[in-house]
Amino acid sequence: MKGLRRLLDRLEPHFQKGGRFERFYALYEAIDTIFFSPPNVTRNAPHVRDGIDLKRVMITVWLAAFPAMFYGMYNLGYQANTALAAMGLEGIEGWRGALIAAFAGHDPESLWDCFWYGAVFFVPIYLVTFLVGGFWEVLFATVRGHEINEGFFVTSILFALTCPPDLPLWMAALGISFGVVVGKEVFGGTGKNFLNPALTGRAFLYFAYPAEMSGDAVWVAVDGFSGATPLAVAAADGMGAVQQHLSWWDAFLGRMPGSIGETSTLAILIGGVVLLGMRIASWRIVLGVLAGMMALSSLFNFVGSDSNPMFAMPWHWHLVLGGFAFGMIFMATDPVSAAMTDTGKFWFGFLIGVMTVLIRVVNPAFPEGIMLAILFANLFAPLIDHFVVQANVKRRMARVQQ
Amino acid sequence: MEHYLSLFIRSVFIENMALAFFLGMCTFIAISKKIPAAVGLGIAVIVVMAITVPVNNLILNHLLKEGALAWTGIDALASVDLSFLGLLSYIGVIAAIVQILEMFLDRYVPALYNALGVFLPLITVNCAILGTSLFMVERDYNFAESAVFGLGAGVGWALAITALAGIREKLKYSDVPEGLRGLGITFITVGLMSLGFMSFGGISL
Repeated sequence: MKGLRRLLDRLEPHFQKGGRFERFYALYEAIDTIFFSPPNVTRNAPHVRDGIDLKRVMITVWLAAFPAMFYGMYNLGYQANTALAAMGLEGIEGWRGALIAAFAGHDPESLWDCFWYGAVFFVPIYLVTFLVGGFWEVLFATVRGHEINEGFFVTSILFALTCPPDLPLWMAALGISFGVVVGKEVFGGTGKNFLNPALTGRAFLYFAYPAEMSGDAVWVAVDGFSGATPLAVAAADGMGAVQQHLSWWDAFLGRMPGSIGETSTLAILIGGVVLLGMRIASWRIVLGVLAGMMALSSLFNFVGSDSNPMFAMPWHWHLVLGGFAFGMIFMATDPVSAAMTDTGKFWFGFLIGVMTVLIRVVNPAFPEGIMLAILFANLFAPLIDHFVVQANVKRRMARVQQ
Repeated sequence: MEHYLSLFIRSVFIENMALAFFLGMCTFIAISKKIPAAVGLGIAVIVVMAITVPVNNLILNHLLKEGALAWTGIDALASVDLSFLGLLSYIGVIAAIVQILEMFLDRYVPALYNALGVFLPLITVNCAILGTSLFMVERDYNFAESAVFGLGAGVGWALAITALAGIREKLKYSDVPEGLRGLGITFITVGLMSLGFMSFGGISL
């Protein structure tokens, strides 16, 4: 560690103003603060002494996504290997197939085989996301002179985890570019955007390339195999068809096709407990999302419908199917694009919950709704804050006049 | 009843005048810097749309359409088709309503009147409002439908401009690249908002 510090100190003059590499100060600063806490001390009162800063917050979120990521890789392989076994195939073609065959087999029962299969699909997507997105982040930081922010770690992993396993790599690059540049950097970087950058990129891909982002063929990483997500099955044939193949516990554990990181509610909740326990994610938002989802889905259950089978889906199934848990824990609680006031956070979450169920149930075009619901609520977050603040001002003004 | 409710929802969210059809952009961009002014303009647009669309519907069905003049009982008029006067009369009605609204605001809500400035008379030529009337003609709504549609389209437009004002107030703290400041970033913002509203696309009510 000491040697590293000395090396960094020796390099520092070159990156300061007037140094040879002045332009690349952002890069130097990023590497320095990954390893060491910055020495800067606040000079003016009030002081808050706390070991946690934005960097640690972001890294914690990044780590909290790991259970979902590892389980997602395993599940990707498990689904694919099961599909291969059902189709009687020995393997898949292409460089991925060669890589898989070199280190593992295709036994759906084997933990390693499934995990390796998933890693061969997920890691390239994540690498491309990370490198391309990182390139934009560093470029903007260097040209515009702001710091490279670890928010990008979070954006990249969340984006990669919401991709379908089969996603072409150039599409991942395009999506993260849109998300980082248009969703965040044109507004000035982390903390200054109003939409969640990972979701912006994913929504962009979703509307630009619907064939690769939705439908039945993309959720299992085997060419020519079509396996619908349980939500799509529920929308088409009703809850009975879902329950034939999938018990609630299986869905909770995540043994179903879907986007890479979204399937296992359990793995997501493990990360969620960490985030909520460290008060990084706001419990008000999570509670609001849950309350909104439960309220509207119960209402739909109560009303009922003859033609639309989604009306009958109870709330505990809404929770475990699709990306609901992932969106609730990781996307909705993004501190930048959510509402800022305490009361506002609850209503912001409530709006997400209601909109998710509304899109899932009422809109036949989209079986999944959490992504669009969060984007929609992001649009209204500043407005919610405005009215909460105004109500507060009004209440206190009334007290003054008495 | 259900039919009117679904028409209302559709005109507010799915066929949002500002974010799905991009109509009325000039005022949409210009008056969205502050939330109170945006709310005021939104209400003004709701009022104007809710009145002009049904009134225009009456004019269309009882004066302009082919055979609409049959109620006069004069044979020569029974087959007259005046629909070429459509645009002219719709914009005339809109101008009159806006004029009345302007006098009303000047007298009773001077603060809002000053905040809206030149854009209040410009509602007359706001394409969202004329567009709503023209959509009414194209889709052949009856009187009750057009009243609901006018109200819904107004509410949708007001909702969009208020949300944009909220976002722009938040964006005051952003560090936008110099070339994009002002209008540029606002257009990007509106585009991203439209992405958020696409969640409603495909709902058939």
